[in-house]
Amino acid sequence: MIIGLGHYLSVAAILFTLGILGIFLNRKNVIVILMSIELILLAVNINLVAFSSFLNDIVGQVFALLVLTVAAAEAAIGLAVLVVYFRNRGSIAVEDINLMKG
Amino acid sequence: MILPALFFYLFAGICVASAVMVIASRNPVHSVLFLILAFVNASGLFVLLGAEFLAMILVVVYVGAVAVLFLFVIMMLDVDFAELRQGFLEYLPVGLLIGAVFLAELLLVAGGWAINPALVKTAVAPIPADITNTEALGLVLYTRYIHYFQISGIVLLVAMIGAIVLTLRHKPSVKRQDINVQNARTKAMAMEVRKVAVGQGLQDPPSREAAE
Repeated sequence: MIIGLGHYLSVAAILFTLGILGIFLNRKNVIVILMSIELILLAVNINLVAFSSFLNDIVGQVFALLVLTVAAAEAAIGLAVLVVYFRNRGSIAVEDINLMKG
Repeated sequence: MILPALFFYLFAGICVASAVMVIASRNPVHSVLFLILAFVNASGLFVLLGAEFLAMILVVVYVGAVAVLFLFVIMMLDVDFAELRQGFLEYLPVGLLIGAVFLAELLLVAGGWAINPALVKTAVAPIPADITNTEALGLVLYTRYIHYFQISGIVLLVAMIGAIVLTLRHKPSVKRQDINVQNARTKAMAMEVRKVAVGQGLQDPPSREAAE
């Protein structure tokens, strides 16, 4: 049984969909939304590395490394914003984030 | 030949199952732990694909740094997470519908798709067979993609400074050392010569605040 590119793309597609579903279902918990974004970026990374391996081109792995960097930076900034928001409002529910609503 | 397939299904199955548990578990701490499991299994997939360096980086960066960051934040915030779970079932049917449609589209794209054989021969940087993955990645990353590498370093620097600026706060009750105030002290501010009458001692010693 040969594991081809399609298998890896299918796993990445399932992970991506689960990430989207996590954003969609958890309408209140910002932390789970951030974790869903991490899942989406992981799916993107699996796609990049799978293409890199099956096309015999290492550039995909370079870009996966850059995606990893941006994901780490995004998680740090997102959690910092979350901490500041919790200090100000005492809540992290998405529904309470309405200060800029007119 | 059967062993890589077996490990692929093992890693992929655990990865997808733990991703389901990330978005479905009630306790966010459990979500983070399942996220760690998903990342470890994804790094197993990377090893199967021949990207060993990225697999190890995934473990170091995600399991070692990002997941612990999530854990710290969850444990720092005093939030009633049970309350945040309200309305989960409310969006479940439409969410599953949208997810199913999206997944079907993605799988159709992934399934009805083939690599042009001419494309394989036109690789920008073909993976060398005789050196390790880490060395091959370094040979490309530090030469041809050096600007991307440096820009990603700047992104990390900006993220670090931004996170510090956002979360740093000075409590007014905490006394801090101020170098400028210390350096600005002169002899006139710091000491005072007073005449002391014999046998009476020093009357009403001036407080330090009044002297300044």
